[in-house]
Amino acid sequence: MKRFDLSSPPRSGHDGIAVVPVDEMEESTRAVRLTPETDVEAIGPALAALDVVVVTFPVFRDGRGFTQARALREYYGFTGEIRAEGHILPDQARFLHLCGVDCVMLPEGSDPTPWQEALTLFSGSYQDRLGLR
Amino acid sequence: MNAPVGHYLYNAADRGFLGERIAEFEGQVRRRLEGSLSEEEFKPLRLMNGLYLQLHAYMLRVAIPYGVLDSRQLRKLAHVARRYDRGYGHFTTRQNIQFNWIRLEDTPAILRELADVDMHAIQTSGNCIRNVTSDQFAGAAADELMDPRVHAEILRQWSTLHPEFTFLPRKFKIAISGSPQDRVAARFHDIGILARPSEAGPVFRIFVGGGLGRTPLVGQEMFDSVPEERLLMTLEAILRVYNAYGRRDNIYKARIKILVQALGIDGYRAEVEQELARMNPDHYRLSPETVEAIRARFAAPDLSAPEGASDALARDRRDNPDFARWVRSNTHPHFAPGRIVVTVSVKPAGEIPGDASADQMDALADIADRYSFGEIRVTHLQNLVLAHVAQDRLLALWQELQAIDLGDANHELIGDIVACPGLDYCALANARSIPIAQKLSARFADSTLQEKIGPLRINISGCINACGHHHVGHIGLLGVDKRGEEFFQITLGGRADDLARTGAILGAALPEDDMVDAIARIVDRYLSIRETGEGFLDTLTRLGDAPFKEAAYETV
Repeated sequence: MKRFDLSSPPRSGHDGIAVVPVDEMEESTRAVRLTPETDVEAIGPALAALDVVVVTFPVFRDGRGFTQARALREYYGFTGEIRAEGHILPDQARFLHLCGVDCVMLPEGSDPTPWQEALTLFSGSYQDRLGLR
Repeated sequence: MNAPVGHYLYNAADRGFLGERIAEFEGQVRRRLEGSLSEEEFKPLRLMNGLYLQLHAYMLRVAIPYGVLDSRQLRKLAHVARRYDRGYGHFTTRQNIQFNWIRLEDTPAILRELADVDMHAIQTSGNCIRNVTSDQFAGAAADELMDPRVHAEILRQWSTLHPEFTFLPRKFKIAISGSPQDRVAARFHDIGILARPSEAGPVFRIFVGGGLGRTPLVGQEMFDSVPEERLLMTLEAILRVYNAYGRRDNIYKARIKILVQALGIDGYRAEVEQELARMNPDHYRLSPETVEAIRARFAAPDLSAPEGASDALARDRRDNPDFARWVRSNTHPHFAPGRIVVTVSVKPAGEIPGDASADQMDALADIADRYSFGEIRVTHLQNLVLAHVAQDRLLALWQELQAIDLGDANHELIGDIVACPGLDYCALANARSIPIAQKLSARFADSTLQEKIGPLRINISGCINACGHHHVGHIGLLGVDKRGEEFFQITLGGRADDLARTGAILGAALPEDDMVDAIARIVDRYLSIRETGEGFLDTLTRLGDAPFKEAAYETV
């Protein structure tokens, strides 16, 4: 897997970190992988000890990861790294970034060009213009 | 700033955004052609930009936010119809327009042409928040409490490429009205909003979970009085619950109405309140300054009318009974003395409901310039509205409309039929809706008869996805397939107003070629058994459907 950073400058990577599913979390766990069904509330108490939370997209049309990422940032003040994994399109890069996702894990050998282009395509957002943060 | 009457005036940022969105779409088309996007991946992306693949060709659905157009935009639509389609366009039940014969390779050029007049096809399809609809008489009707268009525009902006809500379980439709006369079918939307003024500023009554389709459900009240500054925050919370918990395993169970049904309205409200309690109100606040900045980009027309305008109209009506009949059916009281709201019927007898030719569009654009500040609205019954006509000029307007075959006196009468595109265009349909609509409107073409029958809404859907809203027709027709033959099932008693309910099935489906006669027998029966002053729905309520059932199946 190849990491593509959505944030600029990129957060310090936790590239080699061991990621476990929610139901295998232990006290020493530093990185956890959510499924779209995971209720973020379930990992709330453990968040302070985590460096990385991974949101997953079994298919790009399943947008639950966007809401999970926002809940992590807004409701729990999670300041660690949020990664997106799975079937994701470059067309979603900006949305992921705006929802608080730091990076996307791409298959080895994939071309980062459309991802870079997607991040610079729009000069602003309507939500921003309405004063929403 | 020379704002158009009736809709928001684009600024440099809005125009820049449209350019960026077109570039994005062009890139998506290019990646599809190169093969780096699969068809499965491309489909939701093109749908989000209004591009469907129908039975015979691509269809492009162009957004008309809250149904308001200016004459320059209508001329552009006429041009698109002429140059890229077959010389006509089809106004839809969601106040948009669609072009049914588009070539994929032309779409970027069409989008660029539309952008020249501040138009686009963004979110007219796809599992995202769709183009927001509103009351076609907004800012004009005498019965209105508050003009909903400024907030409709705010909703348009807020929902445009929303980062969190662009990959929802299913499509999401929002309507907003500012009148106690519900002309937007608020209770049949995913979210229906009724705005009203209060001492503390505008407040919003919010219904959730209504919809038609396979599972018709009436929306339920979630909140009675949401203050303006919490409007967007509240909508975000409702959508957040839906995005997290709405079903994704079955597209027929994926609308918010199914989740509302599963949780109950109180259960859903409790979830929303839990979200609201955790959200930071400062981050979601819709400030009065933001609202005012958007309001300032709407023009305020001079709605004074010449002295004696009402008297002139009264004289014209007295002297011309046909005109008087049209005035009775196709106008609505305006709040400004001497002005009147006109519904232009896009349902000439025997024609396709909602279809307008490029020539008609051009002519209407000129008429709008001369009679209604260059403003035209699209209604969810697929008609058009000129909202601010001076009463002394109404006769001249009607004569001009007649000259382009748009002067029929049938608004909300039996000739004002809503039909989905049906099997003539749509791959999902079981039956052809359009020919039935044409035959029915030809059968009841006589406007004296139509007036005698009174308000009677016929809605026709070619399949259970219910795009013709048959559930809310006073008489609804649903196309079904019986061993390869086209049949129609009749429902009676549906309505979309503040007494919203879905119609009840009358009996076994009838073959297509008996349909028009069966409806005529139902109407005849109604005329023979109604009491003075009784509308069709009143008679149905008083007597039940037995007399109509008997009439419908009389000769079968």
